[in-house]
Amino acid sequence: MSERIREKLNILADAAKYDVSCSSSGGTRKNDNKGLGDSHASGICHTYTEDGRCVSLLKILLTNHCIFDCAYCVSRKSNDIERAAFTVEEVVSLTMNFYRRNYIEGLFLSSGIFKNADFTMERLLKVVKKLRLEERFNGYIHLKTIPGASDELITEAGMYADRMSINLEMPTESGLKLLAPDKSHQDVIQPLGLVQNQIVQFKADKKLIRNVPKFVPAGQSTQMVIGATPETDKDIMQTADTFYRNFSLKRVYYSGYIPISNDNRLPLLGSQPPLIRENRLYQTDWLMRFYGFHVNELLNDINPHLDIDIDPKLSWALRNLQFFPVDINVAAYKMILRIPGIGVSSAKKIVQARQFGKLRIDQLKKIGVAYNRARHFIKCADSPYQLKDYQGTQIKSFIMAESQSKYLKHDTQQLILF
Amino acid sequence: MVYLIDGSLESLLCAVFDWFERKPGKVSLKVLKYYQPEAFNAVHTVYNDPSNADRVWKGLGQKLDKGWLRRFYCTFLAETAEAYVTLFEFACYIFSSLPGAEHNYGNPHVLKLAQTAKKVEREKHRMEAFIRFQQTSDDLFYCGIDPDFNVLPLIMSHFKNRYADQKWIIYDLKRHYGLFYDLEAVSEIHFSLEEERTLSKPAREQLSEKEGLYALLWNDYFKSTNIAARKNTKLHVQHVPKRYWKYLTEKKVL
Ligand code: SF4
Repeated sequence: MSERIREKLNILADAAKYDVSCSSSGGTRKNDNKGLGDSHASGICHTYTEDGRCVSLLKILLTNHCIFDCAYCVSRKSNDIERAAFTVEEVVSLTMNFYRRNYIEGLFLSSGIFKNADFTMERLLKVVKKLRLEERFNGYIHLKTIPGASDELITEAGMYADRMSINLEMPTESGLKLLAPDKSHQDVIQPLGLVQNQIVQFKADKKLIRNVPKFVPAGQSTQMVIGATPETDKDIMQTADTFYRNFSLKRVYYSGYIPISNDNRLPLLGSQPPLIRENRLYQTDWLMRFYGFHVNELLNDINPHLDIDIDPKLSWALRNLQFFPVDINVAAYKMILRIPGIGVSSAKKIVQARQFGKLRIDQLKKIGVAYNRARHFIKCADSPYQLKDYQGTQIKSFIMAESQSKYLKHDTQQLILF
Repeated sequence: MVYLIDGSLESLLCAVFDWFERKPGKVSLKVLKYYQPEAFNAVHTVYNDPSNADRVWKGLGQKLDKGWLRRFYCTFLAETAEAYVTLFEFACYIFSSLPGAEHNYGNPHVLKLAQTAKKVEREKHRMEAFIRFQQTSDDLFYCGIDPDFNVLPLIMSHFKNRYADQKWIIYDLKRHYGLFYDLEAVSEIHFSLEEERTLSKPAREQLSEKEGLYALLWNDYFKSTNIAARKNTKLHVQHVPKRYWKYLTEKKVL
């Protein structure tokens, strides 16, 4: 018995790992029934995989049997792989026992589509209901919305899940049509819209009646596979921007395509996943969400691709030298945020600290500013007087020489975010 | 002049009180357990008076918001000689300045306090993440830890809220005390060294019969969820520094 469950877990965790979302944040379930679990607004990563990704949820498929044949997916019908399916009880007891040992923040449950969409969604719903109602589980639950499932099932699932997600898969409709002729972005837009409307509705009701139940309190997210089809970075980020705005998404995930098939519509087996590009896209996503950048400032018809050798914030600054140098001691917070080498927390400290007197270089360094990078773009109390104006290309070469660009080394896999 | 304190929060607050009362000018604050007598420096041993400590704590409460009081407390839990000095200098600075002085990150003590508190919070967060309970045969979930800072007081409510329906013990093997939750409340416990040893290496019959299976399944899961094509050891070790590996079930060879 224990051998079979090990086998199932190996197959169904392996098949689920390509969905990169891992967030367990935004859950607000309080443990007020003396049950198990209490979700943290900020989420916890309990460990990290050897590829450096956060592990906070038990991420598994209910089954990897599937009636569809999407070219980019390991579970596609035509793929010759081992298949398995968990019972509802098995998923529940794995989740409870892992949670009790502080291995995880909760469950991320997805599934291949067996029989039809409603049948699959019903099974997923059974798992979450059992966890919430019978086991009094208050941990985090991220549930995949199965495209094509009925509105009733999706709405009911939303009463028990913290987050729901449904993947765009390919950044553009044409990309998707190429690899998964049965699918369209419309299949994603429809349920995203349904859940979004319900979230808004439940929130409005909550203002009037206090004990309205929670509905998908951590919101929705989606994922796009990058590099399987020939979209530009501009296409990708504009799609992301549209979805952030239209559906108030909490996150968009970008997953560099990992070759899993020798289908000639796809990159060759054994080719490197585009990890730097993926990292640059995440940086751009952050700049849009936390640094006040509009997507068109970072990517447009003149610059449809992100630079590989420098991050998008530096690259924007170099294209827009007319805004620099910024005087640290007087500039608005939102301009300080745009200076390469200064992050959100340093920017906040700067505006607080400068009320007590003009800031000097050594203070900026202590506050956490990456001064070697920032110095080309700022003025502070004791900035050295600079006689000549440097060109963007010169500044870039200074910075790259100093940071001995970690991005250009052969070992292209070692990445950091900013 | 040396101000000598015993290292309790009370003694630290009394040192602040004392300094404002006697105005001795520049002093160097020392903690008994780290103290080595010096030849040419006058030593003043701070007298602990709970009511003075209370006044200073209330005073800080009026000057600082909750976030800063928390930072103050976290820095105290760092328990390093340097942290005590930072706390003392910080408190004196706050009381001698106009309201809002805590925002002056240009002041070295303000910055140091913020940074130390951050380190302690990070250790707290890591313990919340890396603690791995083992279920014992009498249905108790146990974990022993030896954190860099004294974080048990900070993690208590997190575990109490989360694991409300199971009995658990988290034991600090370095500081020789632990927290025990009995389904009702959390209390402090102390084990003998002998007991500490057996708990760290429990025999198979002391563990619940399912313990081995779930540890194994978790270990399997950790391997299956990895994507070999994306291997990035540097990033992995940055997130899970090696000194924490001893806690992690997924890093053990079962
Ligand atoms: S429907 Fe989902 S599980 Fe099935 S092949 Fe397509 S992507 Fe894979």
